Amino acid sequence: MRPELMTGNRAAAAAAKLARVDYVPAYPITPQTEIIETIADWAREGTMDAKFVQLESEHSMMTAAGAAALTGARVFTATSSQGLLYAMEMLYNISGWRAPMVLMNVSRALAAPIVLEPDHNDVLSARDSGFLQLHSETCQEVADLVLLAYRVAEDKRVMLPAIVNLDGFYLSFTREKVSLPEQAEVDRFLPPYDPPHPIRATRPVSKGSAVMEGYLYSYFRYNMHAAALRAKEAFSEAARDFQDLFGRAYGPVEGYRLDDAEYVLVMSNSFTTLGRQAVNRVREQGVKAGLLKLRMVRPFPTEEVAALLKGRKVDAVFDQNLSPGLGGILYPEIAASLYHVRDRPGALLPVVGGLGGKQLTSDEMCQVFERMRGVDVGGERPEPMFLMRDEELTKAERAVATAGVHG
Amino acid sequence: MSTATKFKTLKDIPKEEYIAPGNTMCAGCGGILAVRIFHKALGPNVAWVNAAGCMTISVSYPLSPLKSNWLYTAFASAPAGAQGIRDALDVLMAKGKLQKSEDLKVVVVTGDGAAYDIGFQSTAGAIQRDLDFYYLCYDNEAYGNTGFQMSSSTPYASSSKTTPVTAAYPYGNTGRKKDLFEAWRAMKAPYVATLSNSHGVDFLRKVEKGEGIRGPKLYIDFAACPTGWGFDPKYSIEVEKLAVQTGVWPLKESVDGVVRHTYVPRALTPVREYLRTQERYGHLFKPVEKPEAIATIQRSVNDYWAKVAAEESTQATPAPA
Repeated sequence: MRPELMTGNRAAAAAAKLARVDYVPAYPITPQTEIIETIADWAREGTMDAKFVQLESEHSMMTAAGAAALTGARVFTATSSQGLLYAMEMLYNISGWRAPMVLMNVSRALAAPIVLEPDHNDVLSARDSGFLQLHSETCQEVADLVLLAYRVAEDKRVMLPAIVNLDGFYLSFTREKVSLPEQAEVDRFLPPYDPPHPIRATRPVSKGSAVMEGYLYSYFRYNMHAAALRAKEAFSEAARDFQDLFGRAYGPVEGYRLDDAEYVLVMSNSFTTLGRQAVNRVREQGVKAGLLKLRMVRPFPTEEVAALLKGRKVDAVFDQNLSPGLGGILYPEIAASLYHVRDRPGALLPVVGGLGGKQLTSDEMCQVFERMRGVDVGGERPEPMFLMRDEELTKAERAVATAGVHG
Repeated sequence: MSTATKFKTLKDIPKEEYIAPGNTMCAGCGGILAVRIFHKALGPNVAWVNAAGCMTISVSYPLSPLKSNWLYTAFASAPAGAQGIRDALDVLMAKGKLQKSEDLKVVVVTGDGAAYDIGFQSTAGAIQRDLDFYYLCYDNEAYGNTGFQMSSSTPYASSSKTTPVTAAYPYGNTGRKKDLFEAWRAMKAPYVATLSNSHGVDFLRKVEKGEGIRGPKLYIDFAACPTGWGFDPKYSIEVEKLAVQTGVWPLKESVDGVVRHTYVPRALTPVREYLRTQERYGHLFKPVEKPEAIATIQRSVNDYWAKVAAEESTQATPAPA
């Protein structure tokens, strides 16, 4: 179909419609709200054949979502930030129920202090929940990953729910060119949802049964882990079909100018675009720079990361999140992927930036490459970088002075 | 009740059983008995939606005592689970993906901890959305499954693990029991009723009546808890009956907001008779009787029935306070 301009939020809603979802339980929160408003419009106009219901909290919204998936409906919903945390208990339940569904998370940093713009502490707080996670860089990717997420989540080898992440503001409210596929082709790509044991009158089932013994609990959790790992295979197959039908290729990771790269920056989500710019700029200065984008965060693409980062002089991990007292959340996951690699990179530089949507410039990203080149390979562990420009620091200090200091 | 009913005497209780014997609940549990009677009234096609509580343990993998569907959700959101099942059934039937014969009655079953406290918000949401479902709260007036701590359903002067009797707190719980019936009624639920397992015909008729009403149908069952309340399990029905006869547990219903008491004791038995059957009130009698606390409870019961008399032209003779 001819590309049209649309926001990331609208792309998400459009993909849900193309996926022929049956049920959309909803609850508003910035910057996600446009998704559910769009679907509410379509459901009430009758242009989307889905039941839309507004709940009284994200916790209830996710409970209804999971229960409906167990009853055999294809379910879609969306949240952000505090909403994801408020629903967190249900994320663990829904994956434990093995109820596939797709949840959009429109990233927004977490209070306190309350803020509207994105970082990834919200979505990464769900990293251990059993939800699969796919993260998008562009509005096109938002739409495509929703369709891929349904295929993988509902795959009988997987049967797990999925989160598709997009950054608030940078994607949610930014219009980009998006090619939406034709309905008939989507129908070929994504068959109707056919759960093996739905809640039914003629064949009653027990869902969410208690287990009173640790060995049973362990058995089911190991099963979930195995299913999540099988999602890689399911994703690869789905991505092949997707490319055949729609022409766009998606892997769990995506390399940029990696062939001869000596310095590789690992990134995810919308700021990756700035990372690519920086790669191009430092390449013009003769630096052999490259970039590795994480698209799949759960299951974690350990082998792909190791294969593409090994043998480099220095790699850096850009974390748009912060675990106070540790540092970036993805850094240790990348480091663990590389530990058993014979030819692992000479150093792994931790970088934290973009918290609360703090703007990044490609200058700053170029400085990251500068720092990578200055790392003492084989020497001390490199000091982490916390990105903040001088004028930002001055402004922050001025605000603190304005607020005043008492006592 | 004036409307036609198939339940006239206890002999009319349906013979079909939907709960297998040998489940994991305590002996004399009023909660599982309520589920059993409720299920008999509704028939086979039921999806139970549960919040954390005693009943959760009754479906322990790989076993279930139920012949019907079961979903354990979480402590706070069983009504939202009912919403998901109800909506999914409706949308799948509307799209022709599901036969009408697969339709289910969706029933939330929780204890008072979920109904009165942590799940109050999600219940309010379901009522406001006019969800077509049943809510059966088995009210044992405390967090029973965790070992009997106070909930907002715990009555004044009951002891519990978190309202222990000490020199500074000689009566145990200082708070009042939340009036969930009135809270649910205030939210415009079309049908709200109280139940007691000791009054089976009244119980069955109320479920039957609910079946004829679309929207939220909410029931609070007085569920005797021998383990938490401290009495011999063989007296569960007797204790429940005493709660009704003393007027502590009024049997009533609200249809579109209009309240009617479905059983009015001719003369209230003194609450003392009820309180002394249970160890949770033991401190009111041992080592010495505490007549002022017992009188406080009696007065609140008498006040309640005096108000009923004024509003419904019925008369329950008060017991001396």
